[in-house]
Amino acid sequence: MSAFLIRRLLRFVVVCLGVSLVTFSILHASGDPVALIMPEAAEADRAKLREALGLSDPLSTQFVRFVGNAARGDFGRSFFHREPAFRLVVERMPTTLALTCLAVALALAVAVPVGIYSAVFRNTVGDHAATVVVFLGQSMPVFWIGIMLMLLFAVQWRLLPVSGWGTWSSMVLPAVTLGAFTTPLFMRIIRSSMLEVINLDYVRTARAKGLSEWLVICRHALRNAALPIVTVIGLQFGLLLGGAVLTESVFAVPGVGRLIVGAIRQLDFPIVQAGVFLLAMIIVSVNLFVDVLYVYLNPTVRLR
Amino acid sequence: MAVTLPRTAVAYEVALPGASGSRAWRRFALNPAALVGSLILLTMVSVAVAAPWVAPHDPAKQSLLRRFTPPVWQAGGNAAYPLGTDQVGRDVLSRIVHGARVSLLVGVAAVLVSLVVGVAAGLASGFLGGTVDTVIGTVVDVSLSFPQILLALAFVAALGPSLLTIIVVLGLTGWERYARVVRAEVMALREKEFVEAARAIGVGRPRIVVRHVLPNTMSSIVVMSTLQVAQAILAEAALSFLGVGSGNAYPTWGQMISLGRDFVTVAWWLATLPGLAILLTVLAINLVGDRLRDALDPRTT
Repeated sequence: MSAFLIRRLLRFVVVCLGVSLVTFSILHASGDPVALIMPEAAEADRAKLREALGLSDPLSTQFVRFVGNAARGDFGRSFFHREPAFRLVVERMPTTLALTCLAVALALAVAVPVGIYSAVFRNTVGDHAATVVVFLGQSMPVFWIGIMLMLLFAVQWRLLPVSGWGTWSSMVLPAVTLGAFTTPLFMRIIRSSMLEVINLDYVRTARAKGLSEWLVICRHALRNAALPIVTVIGLQFGLLLGGAVLTESVFAVPGVGRLIVGAIRQLDFPIVQAGVFLLAMIIVSVNLFVDVLYVYLNPTVRLR
Repeated sequence: MAVTLPRTAVAYEVALPGASGSRAWRRFALNPAALVGSLILLTMVSVAVAAPWVAPHDPAKQSLLRRFTPPVWQAGGNAAYPLGTDQVGRDVLSRIVHGARVSLLVGVAAVLVSLVVGVAAGLASGFLGGTVDTVIGTVVDVSLSFPQILLALAFVAALGPSLLTIIVVLGLTGWERYARVVRAEVMALREKEFVEAARAIGVGRPRIVVRHVLPNTMSSIVVMSTLQVAQAILAEAALSFLGVGSGNAYPTWGQMISLGRDFVTVAWWLATLPGLAILLTVLAINLVGDRLRDALDPRTT
């Protein structure tokens, strides 16, 4: 176990360094970021800014400095807000996490019962209907789902606000949008995990003992299907955050995604780097957590 | 010492789609979902190719007199503009028709980039193993640690938005799945007798990979590519929705939806119709990909 943990942690550190390298290179991908930031300035002013941002040092020096600063949460000041970029990003984080958690809760509330139903009543009309929903859901852009919900509930029926965040009613549409984006994915995972365990020997034994179908499914099958479900959902966390970025943009939710998208448009590199770095760190940590959890909870995993 | 007969014939037994290939094809062709998907897709591709001739109007032509003309079935509609006009009087149908070009072009081209990078990485990783495998595995882990859309958006903005940048960036942020799947398949194939046989008769490594291993991974690559095109189309739409698309030089579906969002209270059709175009296209591709997987999956034979 400890050998596994050490190896896994080592990989975590290496991946973090890789994430830093990619985030670092965003600024340099433009060739000369200063020319992008102040296209009309005289060369002397540009040189001054380049010096101030440390852009005239060798790239390796800059990268080492970047990693050191990133570890301390220092990404420089936003070019436009004149505040530490990292703080601006962290301030928006609770909103994004709240949106994501609400959406996951909604998605699970729908996907767990429907997914189980589809697996238990495989190839029935209900299962086919669920499959159709999965196909449709996975073929729609999340931002379009959001606008369609907005058209119906905010414009047509005037039940909910068009955009914003803060009151409960304003959270409904964004959460439902991101939830609708996530549900098909969860449904598929839950259905296939359930199908894998449902015909195993121990489930048959449980049935043979005369347990009710309900007990067999909930207590025996679901418990063993839960682990792969949690794992896959953990691994899809990046997709979920990507969906959150788009949802925030549709409904003007003041979260990290909207902040970063705005910063990308203004070429406000410190915010872009801080935001992308922080989201990547969340994803890397979730993956680490899920991996370790998987090994801890699954006695059949043999550690090499 | 190697006295076993060179069993070269075995190498092609699994490699080439013979009788089982045509059976797979028949299974695919007879499936109604696959048929519908293929038909929609064929229509979309033809429309995209023939856009300048199919579109009733110039997609960029503005007319302030015709602003916000609703679709023809609604009161105030005009048969000359069947799907209505936008906030500057441009024909929505013509813009959707032209938008198909960008979507399909970017979708297919980005996947080709992913395919080349990912398959090469997967082959190297699976066949060479060791340090190469560790390094490639780390690169895959790193690149899966970012929300694809944000990373692509940041790089497209930094590199300067153009069609080529979008294709390359989407291609380089979507290759990981190829690498993983191809690696896993190669690891399994590496130990098979026909590879061993080829090695025994002195076939070089590169030749083994290209002639014996690669053909056996083809069916999963084909299936994956179809589904990846669907993902790439959605990603391109998201990029242009967020406003870092290829500028206003030509219409894209994502950009149309983005503009439509601003006029959602006055003109429902502006955001709705291009979204339906995306839905139809991506759905068709997903249907075809899914059925292809079923048809090519040896386990369901």
